[in-house]
Amino acid sequence: MIEVCDLDKSFGGLHAVDQLSFCVEAGQIYAVIGPNGAGKTTLFNLMTGLYIPDSGQILLEGENIVGLPPEQLAQKGLCRTFQNLQICMNMTALENVMLGRHRHLQAGFLPSLLRLPSLRRSERACRERAAALMDFVGCGNYLRTEASAMPYGALKRLEIARALASEPKVILLDEPAAGLNGAETAALEQLIADIAAQGVTVVLVEHDMKLVMSISQRLLVLDYGRKLAEGNPDEIRKNPDVIAAYLGA
Amino acid sequence: MRHMHSRWGSQISFLSLALVLVALPFVMQNDFHFDIATQIAIIAATVVGLNLLVGFAGQVSLGHAAFFAIGAYSSAILTSRYGFTPLPAMLAGAVGVAVLALILGKPILRLKGHYLSMATLGLGIIIAIIINNEGWLTGGPDGIPVPPLSVFGMELSIFEQYEIAGYTLSGTLLWYILAAGLLLVAVWIAQNLIDSPIGRALRAVHGSEVAARVVGVDTTRYKALVFVISAVYASVMGSFFAHYSGFITPQIASFQHSIELITMVVLGGMASTYGVILGAALLLLLPQLLTDFQDYEMMMFGLILMLTMIFMPKGLLPTFQQILRRALRRSPKTDP
Repeated sequence: MIEVCDLDKSFGGLHAVDQLSFCVEAGQIYAVIGPNGAGKTTLFNLMTGLYIPDSGQILLEGENIVGLPPEQLAQKGLCRTFQNLQICMNMTALENVMLGRHRHLQAGFLPSLLRLPSLRRSERACRERAAALMDFVGCGNYLRTEASAMPYGALKRLEIARALASEPKVILLDEPAAGLNGAETAALEQLIADIAAQGVTVVLVEHDMKLVMSISQRLLVLDYGRKLAEGNPDEIRKNPDVIAAYLGA
Repeated sequence: MRHMHSRWGSQISFLSLALVLVALPFVMQNDFHFDIATQIAIIAATVVGLNLLVGFAGQVSLGHAAFFAIGAYSSAILTSRYGFTPLPAMLAGAVGVAVLALILGKPILRLKGHYLSMATLGLGIIIAIIINNEGWLTGGPDGIPVPPLSVFGMELSIFEQYEIAGYTLSGTLLWYILAAGLLLVAVWIAQNLIDSPIGRALRAVHGSEVAARVVGVDTTRYKALVFVISAVYASVMGSFFAHYSGFITPQIASFQHSIELITMVVLGGMASTYGVILGAALLLLLPQLLTDFQDYEMMMFGLILMLTMIFMPKGLLPTFQQILRRALRRSPKTDP
């Protein structure tokens, strides 16, 4: 599904991502872990077109996507959430999710200006679809709430609903459990499993080891932008390099 | 603002505006009142367009008077010198402004925050200088007369009386009705746009540009689009303004006029279509009430802008709605 080959990105003297290669299979839950500053979010920004790599390739279904802006990647079925929430606080929760359906709406300019029946129908369908997604992620009771009035945990789920609304083939979740309590994290784990069960490939950056180990099929451990280890949860748990990096031994 | 965005709420608001506009002629007593009301309606429609750019999409323009002036001068020059009738002249002006906004918007809208403000400010100043200096075309600082509006050979002048279906109606009343109608159309189109996927994309540009991009919104394209739309709003209203006033001067292209327009948006309420109409009405009425302070008009606008930013950053109408909503929520113990 996604193939990253020899990816390289530096900021000044800092080598944030260093000759990194890995491969995510379709339908997998693939986790990227590593200490703070290991380059996880940089990697996500590279994969979603927010940063341009210095060198290397990123293949989405065999096609090189380096250099494409995020909006075009979204059209190709790649969507993400953010570590520090990116919610449109000037809209309602439902409108945020409806925004996610943007690429599926072919509202012409004139129908929009004149609010023609075709537009009304497509907007109604869009609203129902978005409401169903909000139910799916568990913020069904915030439909009409202004996003700015929602609690943090619900906003995290709202962002996932918005990403799902774009019907991605691959969804990248940047620290979805950060700031959540135990119960919320458990619900999130179930949600990620449900998303993967629908055939969506999930790539996640996460610090919550319990969550990562129980949910992901494959893990990539980064340290100083380099691949420290890659494998299934059991392999990673036993890997001496990983233990050293995490315990500082 | 949530209530404004539900279809129900926006239909009620629209009807209320229409009712006010219909009721006004019954309380206005003389031509002077009609004159002010007509000007308010035309400027309010301009500001409703500007609000799409500034309030909803969050892109500040400090040069919007330029587009208003280009529309006005296109109508003036094309009708008086090149034999155009008013409507084609207006259309030509609007198309010209759309093309100009599209060409200039691409590079300008790459800028953010203060840089964008400065660039649009520069654009406004350049247009004002051109209008001032190219006297052979624009009449220069002395201004230029504009023929009255005429549609299919029917002239509409504020100095005439018209017989319609047995009633004698003054030109001032007819102009007021036209301006009120234009305002309603301007509001209707703006509200439709805001409630469409295009409007959602525009508001997302304001809310979180990166969030919009990762779900597939080509934000560069939408910023250019809303820049063009708001410029065309200004151009068309500038044309009507020119025909209405019969004489225009470079003052309408001035930096001061741009500031007035932006102050109306900020005072009335960013991203509140009805708020900015209120803003336009207040700021046009204020100089009439305080004629003694005419010399300090610019200072007053500055002061109002500052005070609004500090004490009511959301603007008059949204602040008022918020207070009202809180009061309603507090009195009976209903669910939140």
